[in-house]
Amino acid sequence: MSYRDGARRVAPLAVAVGAFGVSFGVLARDAGMGVVAPLVMSATTFAGAAQFAALSVLGSGGALFAAIAAPVLLNARYVPVGVSVAPALHGPVWRRLLEAQLVVDESWAVANVGGGRFDRKLLVGAGGVLWLVWMIGTTLGVLGGRLLGDPSRLGLDAAFPALFLGLLVAQRRTRGFVLVAVLGAGVALALVPLTPVGAPLVAASLVALLGLARDR
Amino acid sequence: MRVWVVVAVVGAVTIGFKGAGPVVLGGRPLPPRLSRVVALLAPALLAALIAVQTFGAERRLVVDARLAGVGAAAVALALRVPLLGAVVLASVVTALVRAFA
Repeated sequence: MSYRDGARRVAPLAVAVGAFGVSFGVLARDAGMGVVAPLVMSATTFAGAAQFAALSVLGSGGALFAAIAAPVLLNARYVPVGVSVAPALHGPVWRRLLEAQLVVDESWAVANVGGGRFDRKLLVGAGGVLWLVWMIGTTLGVLGGRLLGDPSRLGLDAAFPALFLGLLVAQRRTRGFVLVAVLGAGVALALVPLTPVGAPLVAASLVALLGLARDR
Repeated sequence: MRVWVVVAVVGAVTIGFKGAGPVVLGGRPLPPRLSRVVALLAPALLAALIAVQTFGAERRLVVDARLAGVGAAAVALALRVPLLGAVVLASVVTALVRAFA
């Protein structure tokens, strides 16, 4: 597997990610974040849902605590996700830390080569492309690129679950796979109305702890 | 000022979240028990992402155009359409349903 394979695997999403980057830039400016802060946020946080959550609190004049807590909770799933890719990332600490920043749901999903193993080049290739289009999109957005309008009007929000569906059904079904998938989806949906945004995904990650059960 | 506090704190915490595993455990195999958990993280989290991104709207569950798009993608995938085709189809169907429904 090469970096290029990783790039190719996320290519279906490049347009959607870029469009949401534009949307983030536009909305961030409207929310009074200025030009530089949204770019710094896209470069460092690099997680769409969390960034939109932060700016929606900022834009509505919500509490500082909420503007931080909402995105932090949304990104908490990256702790177990980071652990899952750890065996694939080697070399000096600074390089592992840097490459780990390219982990987002989409790059993580395409870098999965089955059975809980991940390919470093797929991850870096895919994550690098996504980071680049996210930055380009954010830049166009803060500079006033309103050409696209709302990406949802183009149905681009449905591209993400469709990609994840394709990657899920392509996976090798190890023992417990189907049960855990059903439970993960069920737990997440059940919690959506009950918990802050982000918590349902954290709870779904915890379903994987069933792997500790003896015969599973 | 508020904006920069949010950008700095959220950025630093996220970098920490993403980096923790690779920095502490990087480059060597996970202990067997942990790797059994990690093997199940993909189905659990992928299924949850699909569910939340199809039905979730902030803190509500809704049935809207996204379901038609993701449903069309599911049918396409079952018919062995390549992933790119299924992803594009999901967007097109969702956009059409939004425009005309």
